Amino acid sequence: MSIGISVEHIGADPHGDRGGPAQPLLTVKKLVKHFDLKKSFLETLNGGGKVVRAVDGVDFKVLKGETLGVVGESGCGKSTTARLLMHLIEPSAGEIVFNGETVGSPALPLREYRRQVQMVFQDSYSSLNPRLTIQDSIAFGPQVHGVPKREALTRARDLLARVGLEPSRFAERYPHELSGGQRQRVNIARALASEPRLVILDEAVSALDKSVEAQVLNLLMDLKDEFGLTYIFISHDLHVVRYISDRVMVMYLGKVAETGPAEALFERPLHPYTRALLSSMPSMDPDHRTEEAPLAGDPPNPIDPPPGCRFHTRCPHAEAVCAQQVPSLESENGREAACLIHEPGSGHSDARAAIYAA
Amino acid sequence: MSESHSNPTASPIVSVRDLRVTFTGGKKPVEAVNGVDLSVARGESVALIGESGSGKSVTLRSLLRLHPERRTRIDGRIDIAGHDVLALGSKALADYRGKVASMIFQEPLLALDPVYTVGAQIVESIRRHEAISKEDARKRALELFERVRIPSPERRLDAYPHEMSGGMRQRAMIALALACKPQVLLADEPTTALDATVQIQILLLLRELQRELGLAILFVTHDMGAAVEVADRFAVMYGGRIVEEGPTREVIRNPRHPYTLALMQARADGAMTKGARLASIPGSPPDLANLPVGCAFAERCAYAQPACLQTRPEAVAISPSHQVRCLRTDATVGAMDRNHDTAPDTLSPALAD
Repeated sequence: MSIGISVEHIGADPHGDRGGPAQPLLTVKKLVKHFDLKKSFLETLNGGGKVVRAVDGVDFKVLKGETLGVVGESGCGKSTTARLLMHLIEPSAGEIVFNGETVGSPALPLREYRRQVQMVFQDSYSSLNPRLTIQDSIAFGPQVHGVPKREALTRARDLLARVGLEPSRFAERYPHELSGGQRQRVNIARALASEPRLVILDEAVSALDKSVEAQVLNLLMDLKDEFGLTYIFISHDLHVVRYISDRVMVMYLGKVAETGPAEALFERPLHPYTRALLSSMPSMDPDHRTEEAPLAGDPPNPIDPPPGCRFHTRCPHAEAVCAQQVPSLESENGREAACLIHEPGSGHSDARAAIYAA
Repeated sequence: MSESHSNPTASPIVSVRDLRVTFTGGKKPVEAVNGVDLSVARGESVALIGESGSGKSVTLRSLLRLHPERRTRIDGRIDIAGHDVLALGSKALADYRGKVASMIFQEPLLALDPVYTVGAQIVESIRRHEAISKEDARKRALELFERVRIPSPERRLDAYPHEMSGGMRQRAMIALALACKPQVLLADEPTTALDATVQIQILLLLRELQRELGLAILFVTHDMGAAVEVADRFAVMYGGRIVEEGPTREVIRNPRHPYTLALMQARADGAMTKGARLASIPGSPPDLANLPVGCAFAERCAYAQPACLQTRPEAVAISPSHQVRCLRTDATVGAMDRNHDTAPDTLSPALAD
């Protein structure tokens, strides 16, 4: 799609890039977030009390220019991970490396990092200031980062045109005057206004109607190509994740269960949880309806996650060893799975012996 | 307006004729539902499918008369198991709700009372409709909990809603809805708020209850996939009317209304090739306070002709059980297969909504 407006000033700055294209844009190491629950007086004295292990040691990489899809059920920590990446909440432990620099180090202060990483939320209405016109909302971020007001407004109007909202009709409107799909376009424009390299889309299309969702997904794909963006796409909709992602990460109870290229992961899931999740998808075929639910019960509570492998309480392949040993994320051929079956020499009867451990 | 011609003794257990619901509370009256005809046979499950603002939930809620009386005008006729629902007095209405037809909602945490245990709520509901002792009612509640497969049911009866997980709460609400042995179960997006692995469990439970208790289920959803798992028949709504209705298999394989067709094609499906664009429907759903004279879908429709803007199409029978309200059903023959082979970008001429 071409429009007669210059958008060169938007998007990734090639000079800001370090390392080669093979260096991950974002590397997350041992990221942990525990929330303290309300403590009794005694627990305060003794330092006890329960914690919610929302994110409990998560490692992953996001490569330059890719879309990483993140899936999982509620309580798996996918949204907490997104918030940690933005430093909207402080991690309890762990390190985030962006473009070769540790976030928060003198080389990459938080303020500069936040310019380069932007987020789009699920609720398009509550994430916009109701008292600002949409062009002021979009221009607000760049102004905070020192762009003069006039230039910021020009940029805002260019972006509105780019996301399919005619500036002369829409720029002066307030959020309540737009439909849900239009508001989500505004949120996308606002995320792009500070020229980010990485955009985190947290259930960004989940609240939209199917017909509008397709429009926004198409727009996201176009913008990614045009501005050389990298996406982290968090969603519970497996169809959409498969469609939009290059790689997919499956989370369960605060841990990574499996990562891998989207097609390979959907075709041949390695982790039993991924397999169950995929076969929970409604079939769309009236002649082959699902006859048996792949899993019973709900995901356990992250306050007291099960010991060992967190999935062992619901896993059809669980053995005694699964309750004792925490599986590590084993990688092979670009795929990773945290399951004792795929860990040679783990003691699980289906696991291979530790031959290739070199 | 067509005249109502329903007969309470006829075979369908739910019969809705020319239902019109107008909300008069705002500045302009909102015609949320205008002219819905629908029937559900005993033991049949029908999915009402549509986007937000299509009138699907409004239709469903009308069946229990849940809309605020003073701000709603309901015309037409609703017959459920021999009751003329729109004519019921307040006492008769209270007897009817829960006993003849009952409803489960999207968010059980909001639908259940937070200050009573789930067991107490079920017991109360049973004793409202039947003269039985507390102990017997509790026994019934326990059976219901076992019926909907709540683990350790005895203990769960004494739990408060917030103490249960999402899937468990939804099961408890289904148990509550079934407490007085209704013949019709109305479900308003019952699985939308649930996780994928739990959603399929609840869908299978609904299917099982339909089969074993002979329930008629009317199931409102925006999720085609969930609907396929449960429904015998599909009714697709748009702009307050049913635009296409037929057996699930026929509607899925051979959708003939351009809106249903576009919805099917806008799905990001497993079979999609990477990088292919999704077929999107341009524009956004119509403003119900300001409905067009003609077909409500015309301005977003790839097949629209001038005539579509002038007349509201009447139902066209594709087969004895498959009906479509569209003037262009000739153009949509086999359209589903055609677009599967080629790049499905034909439906997105513009981005602006």
